[in-house]
Amino acid sequence: MRRALDALAALTALAAAAALAGADERRSGFDFMSPATQALQRDDTQNPALLWVEDGRLRWSARDGGTKSCADCHGDAAVSMRGVAARHPAFDAAAGRALTLAMRIEQCRAQRQGLTPFGPESDGLLALEAFVGRQSRGLPISPPADPRLAPAVEHGRQLWTTRFGQLDLACAHCHDGLAGRRLAGNAIPQAHPTGYPLYRLEWQGLGSLERRLRNCMTGIRAEPFGWGSPESVALQAFLMRRAAGMIVETPAVRP
Amino acid sequence: MNVRTLIHLPAAVRRGDVVEIRATIAHPMETGYRNDAEGRRLPRDILRRFECRLDGELVFAAELFPAIAANPYVAFTLLASASGTLVFTWTGDRGFVHTETRPLVVA
Repeated sequence: MRRALDALAALTALAAAAALAGADERRSGFDFMSPATQALQRDDTQNPALLWVEDGRLRWSARDGGTKSCADCHGDAAVSMRGVAARHPAFDAAAGRALTLAMRIEQCRAQRQGLTPFGPESDGLLALEAFVGRQSRGLPISPPADPRLAPAVEHGRQLWTTRFGQLDLACAHCHDGLAGRRLAGNAIPQAHPTGYPLYRLEWQGLGSLERRLRNCMTGIRAEPFGWGSPESVALQAFLMRRAAGMIVETPAVRP
Repeated sequence: MNVRTLIHLPAAVRRGDVVEIRATIAHPMETGYRNDAEGRRLPRDILRRFECRLDGELVFAAELFPAIAANPYVAFTLLASASGTLVFTWTGDRGFVHTETRPLVVA
């Protein structure tokens, strides 16, 4: 009896806490992981993604054969890049379209540093993206309220509910409808991009949100959107809007 | 690309402490059992051995095998009896050798 009462009290307290928090049902993929994988992400001395972050730190102040390094214009990344990853994709006036953080880095490299772009998903790009992303760790995801970004977000919202591929599934079918349940042995997460670029144990390496999206699309036997294509950027912009207010974990670890 | 490593040891160590040292190295640990997209066998490229020496004296060694995942992480402990220089060496296939040194300061 005593035990039942205690349990009831605990439940009431939990419900009260949920009501106080505005009952945010959103969960990071972190919450679906095993304690061992969570520990790997929490501890910087174990998190293998730090290999890329530290590489990015070196690249930040290296000229790499060009005229300027990132640091020559942007100075101390801890100051200038704080919160930057939390507000991308963003509309870029020069490009006339929404750009992801990775595309922004490539643009800077080509136009201002006069260097050959790294190329999608290359080690150099991932390293810089992880290093810049690390400067936003702990900050809330805050997509810009720029009206020029709205069409991309809206496009992404449509893609989210559009059926694709031979399995004829939309993102929303699993990640809204079946999140928290299991697909074979794996938990289906809610697909909030809180920790990209992240170290995925399955990949045995660091990967971007775009790589993850392509992965999911091949999984439903659809042809993935091209690297940096408007569809891919739109979906990423929508996902960041959907996750607005959640905490950036970059660089995260996922199974 | 440069070899990337992460080595972590406590900042302040007192004589007699048991010190935990953590070392990660970026390495593909290609098993030799996988094929590429064209069906060609990818040759084995793994680390074979990891060693840590304190002023030349071997304090820890590990042998690595194909079943070990990429970017191997090794954690081990040692009894801090005197200050010195820790030398970490990874050796592997295709003549791979990488060495890092860290000072161990025992107060």
